[in-house]
Formats: sequence, structure tokens, C-alpha cells
Amino acid sequence: MKKIDELAKEAISKPAALGRDIAIEKFSQTTEEYPYLEDLSSLNEEDKSRMVEAGIEASEKGRSGTFVQMDHSVIHEGCHQEGLEIISITSALEKHDWLQDYFWKAVPVNMDKYTAAAHLAPHHGYFIRSLPGAKSIFPLQACLFIGKKGLGQNVHNVIIAEEGSELNIITGCTTARHIKEGLHIGISEFYVKKGARISFTMIHSWAEEVMVRPRTATIVEEGGVFLSNYICLKPVKSLQMYPVSRLVGPGAMARYNSILYAHPGSHLDVGSRVILSAPQTRAEVIARTISSGGEIIARGHLVGEVPGIKAHLECRGLILKDGLIHAIPELEGKVADIDMSHEAAVGKINQEEIEYLMARGLSAGEATAAIVRGFMDVGIMGLPGPLAKEIDKAIKSCEEESL
Amino acid sequence: MLIIRDLYVEVSGKEILKGVNLEINEGETLILFGANGSGKTSLLLTVMGFSNYKITQGEIVYKGRVINDLPINKRARMGIGISLQRPPVVRGVKTRQMVDIASEGSADPEDLAARLHLTDFLDRDINLGFSGGEMKRSELLQLIAQSPSLVLLDEPESGVDLENMDLVGEVINKLLEKHLHRQRKRSGLIITHTGYILNYLEADRGCVLLNGRIGCLGNPREILEDIRQRGYKECVVCNR
Repeated sequence: MKKIDELAKEAISKPAALGRDIAIEKFSQTTEEYPYLEDLSSLNEEDKSRMVEAGIEASEKGRSGTFVQMDHSVIHEGCHQEGLEIISITSALEKHDWLQDYFWKAVPVNMDKYTAAAHLAPHHGYFIRSLPGAKSIFPLQACLFIGKKGLGQNVHNVIIAEEGSELNIITGCTTARHIKEGLHIGISEFYVKKGARISFTMIHSWAEEVMVRPRTATIVEEGGVFLSNYICLKPVKSLQMYPVSRLVGPGAMARYNSILYAHPGSHLDVGSRVILSAPQTRAEVIARTISSGGEIIARGHLVGEVPGIKAHLECRGLILKDGLIHAIPELEGKVADIDMSHEAAVGKINQEEIEYLMARGLSAGEATAAIVRGFMDVGIMGLPGPLAKEIDKAIKSCEEESL
Repeated sequence: MLIIRDLYVEVSGKEILKGVNLEINEGETLILFGANGSGKTSLLLTVMGFSNYKITQGEIVYKGRVINDLPINKRARMGIGISLQRPPVVRGVKTRQMVDIASEGSADPEDLAARLHLTDFLDRDINLGFSGGEMKRSELLQLIAQSPSLVLLDEPESGVDLENMDLVGEVINKLLEKHLHRQRKRSGLIITHTGYILNYLEADRGCVLLNGRIGCLGNPREILEDIRQRGYKECVVCNR
């Protein structure tokens, strides 16, 4: 078998299957190292406020552990709960020999030029693990921050929930307030072992000229649960991702919730794919997409490979003005006795709904805001309390800016 | 309270109301009869200000002010409240929120919902999966929260099951301050198709909307009886 290095080298010019091609070499691959911070609250207020917009608490209040990477430097890491680990992937690879067995196992290194670049020019990333039976009381938080103009940031994350354990994770990706350009490549490999559970909330808060190429895959074993919530409400130049979950053990479950908002000039090509390859596995993919002038391609793909699986895909899109929303739901059944369905709807806000709220006393603007807010409502998603609160905050801050 | 003068209204270019004249005094309840498609709902929605209903002639005067050009929410805040026949689903907006909006935060949603047997509906998306009767009760819930001076009800009894009919009648009576007599301030304009609501409500006057105009002003029970016996055909001939 070819070595990973070789596969990566062969793929370094391989364009991705989806999304516009990015010239990686145009982004700077070197930058200064930042000093390690014992106390994150010593960060400047502006950076802290950007982090808050991405769900990251510099005070670490209400968090079980924290990892913060700025450009190519790990500036803080630490965990306050027994049984959990959150450290840089670089340290983790040195510390745990066995970690190699998880590296590039869920995401193929030669998937495209972005995975290849992440392997050949890695700039850390994080490693999170819960030991068997351990349950995170508060969420762990990880922040990937771009502070230098035009920087390329290639990170590789591995997240493992051992048998019967539970992880709640918030990942916030953002840029310094004055930074408008950059390229973020993020590889994330999740492993949900037997009876384990991961709730993963990723909040992207980028800037007008930032390009983003996450490559994410999850393997869920018997009785495991993977909940993924993805929120992208701020402008971004080009974002393309199509995370996939493989449900390989009986009774495994995956649910993806995405809330996407495309501002003028933003192009988002985002989907979620679940491959149900064991009996009694379940999947749900829900997307809420809003365009105020940007473009969204909302994909979804469910693959039923064995009898007795159940999966549902739902995509709703709201075009506030101009813009484009293209919903592409796909169902692929490979055997009989499967239950897969989808619903998709794209449209503008119904005038009748606005006037209904006006008849109760709201102005047209207030009614529109209430409907948009309701559209993005996360109550439907059944999130653990603290995560729901983070999403709520992100939605509110977006609302204030755009409505 | 409400004076409608020579009102002509178009919906999508089609003339629906053709010279409606109507007056409702303070404390008075008027029942509006009329065959399907006669324009009853259009009249109510025009008074509320819904944008599909274009006034081409005439005026609507509410509390002494011409409101033809006032936006819906201004009319609501001036005290006009409506219960729609088929209210829309608004995903993500909860019944509780509607109560807060209507009452500007002054009502206790739990308390009001309990009165209308809607406690379990407070945290549901408004009108999503509601039965016909549940929608009607939810509309009334919002109206009580709003506490309007002029109550517009579009077939408040349709779809309501027998078990809840007493309740709906009681709530409407309360909305219209039927328990007060001389001090009664609230007025009502109520559309009914079946007239069933009259078993639960004392109405002062009735009228029939026919071919876009009002006719046959009089005692609502007598009008209903007439319609029952002779149908709306008679109204055409009678032309009172």
C-alpha cells in the first residue's frame, strides 16, 4: 500500500469534486509564532469579542476545556475534567503512538488538493478524546483563528469518543476583525465508539474574502450518536464542504443541522451525507438556508445500504432579496425495506405571514425579523442547553447586523 | 366606532365590494351573513388593512379617523383585532410569542392559554398542525391578549367541536363585554355562515352581504331564519 505521504503528493494538484478551485499557493504558508498564553483573558479585547461571536469564551467559564490556535501557533490548551483530553494534534501524535491508526482513516488524504495540503504542510489542529464512560459536564471549546492577512491555515483535528463516553464540543473559527482575506483548510476526523455520543457545534464567523475548505468525516459504531450543528451566518467568500458520516454499527445515529446565511458576495456550497450501512441505523439531515444576495448550494445525500434503516432529509431555503438557493437533496437506496424521505422548499417570506404578525401589532420590519428568526429557530434541534445558547447568540449578532 | 362609506374593493383586479355602507356603534355587535364568495371575508380583511384588498373608492373611518392608508399594525395598535378564518402557519414563531406580541408583553400566556385549553400549544409553532377548532381557539387567545376595541371574527365557530363550543361562545361574549351593559365599549363584526354562533351570543343587528353590497339590515335571528327558510336567493329578489 502506498504511503500517506506519496498519496498526498500525488493529489497536491487534484481539484475538489465540488466548489471553485482555489490557488493554495497564493496564500502565505509562513508566519510568526505567537507566545503561549497561560491565561486567555490576556488576549486583546477585539480578538476576544471575535471569539465570542464564534461561541468561544476566553474566560473559559462554563467550559470543560479549551484549545486555541492563532494562525500557526497553539496559544492555549487545557482541560479541567478527568477523563477528557484536549491538546494540539502535534503533541497528541507524539504522546499517543496509536493515534496514527486514526489519522487519515475517515478522510482520505488524496481526496483533493486541500486534504493533500493539510498533510504536506500541516499547521497543528486539535485532538479531543473522552475515555470510556467519561462524560463532559460542560462543552469543550476549540478555536481556530486567523490573525494575519492572506494566511493559509491547514489544520487537522481528530476527535475520539471512546465506548460509552459523551463529548460536547464547540468549535469556533474566525479571523481578527481587520483581516478580510485568508484560506482555512480544516480536516476533522470523528470516531464515535460503541454507545458513545458526540454533540459537535461548529460556528464559522469568517470575513468577506476568506476561502474555507473543511473536510470532515465521522465513523459511528454500534449504538453511537453523532450530532453535528453547523452555523455560518457571517460573510465568507467561498465555502465548500460536504461532511460525511458512516454508520457502521447497528443502531448508530447521525443528525446534521445546518443554518446558513449568504450575504451578497458569499458563495456557500454545503451539504451533509450519511451512509447507513448497518441495521437499525438512523439519520436526519436538516438545513435552513437564507440568502440576502449570496449563493447557497444546499446538498444532502442519504445512502441506505442495508434493510431496516430510516433516514430523512429536510432543506428549507428563504430568499430575502436577490440571491440564489439551490437545494439538491439525494436519496440513494441500495436494498429493499428501507425508509428514506426528503422535503425541500425554497421561497421568499410569505406576505401573508408578515401581515398576520402585523395584525397582532408588529411593524413590517419586526414581523420579517421574527419570521427569519423563527426560520432559524434551533429549538427544533434538541440541543444540549449550553450549545443552544451559543447558537442563539450567534444568530442574534447576525440579526443585528443584517436586519 | 366604525363607519364604512361607499366602499369599493378590488382583489387581483377583480371588484369584490361594490359600494358597501355600514356603521357599527360603540358596544354594538353586528352579524354579517352572506353566501360563499359574497365578499364577507374581503370586507373584514379590508378593514384590517391586508394588502391584497385594494380600496378603489370610499372610506373606512375608525374612531373618527380615516384609516384607508394606515398600515395593518397601526390599525391593530389603535384597537382593531381580527380572528382569521384560515390563519397561516409561521414556522418557528411560537403561540406564546404571538400572545406576547399581541399583548405587548402585558399578558400572562399561561393563564390565558389555560382558559382556552391551549396550554400544550404555547410552545408549538403557530398554527402548525392545529386542527380547525384549535386554530379558532388560538385566534381567540391572541385576541384576548390584544384586547381590541373592535373585534372582527371570521366564522369563529367553524371547525370547533361541540365540547369546546360553549367555551368559544363564552370567550367571545367576554371579548365583546357582553357581561357589561351600559358601560359596554367593545364592538364586534362577526361573519357567520351557519348562524350557529347566535346560539351562544347576543348580537344587536344583522345584515347580508350580497353582490358586494350590504342589504337587509335587521334583527340577526330573523335574518337567519329567513335565510334558513328561503336561502340567499330570496335576498336577491327582496333587495331591502
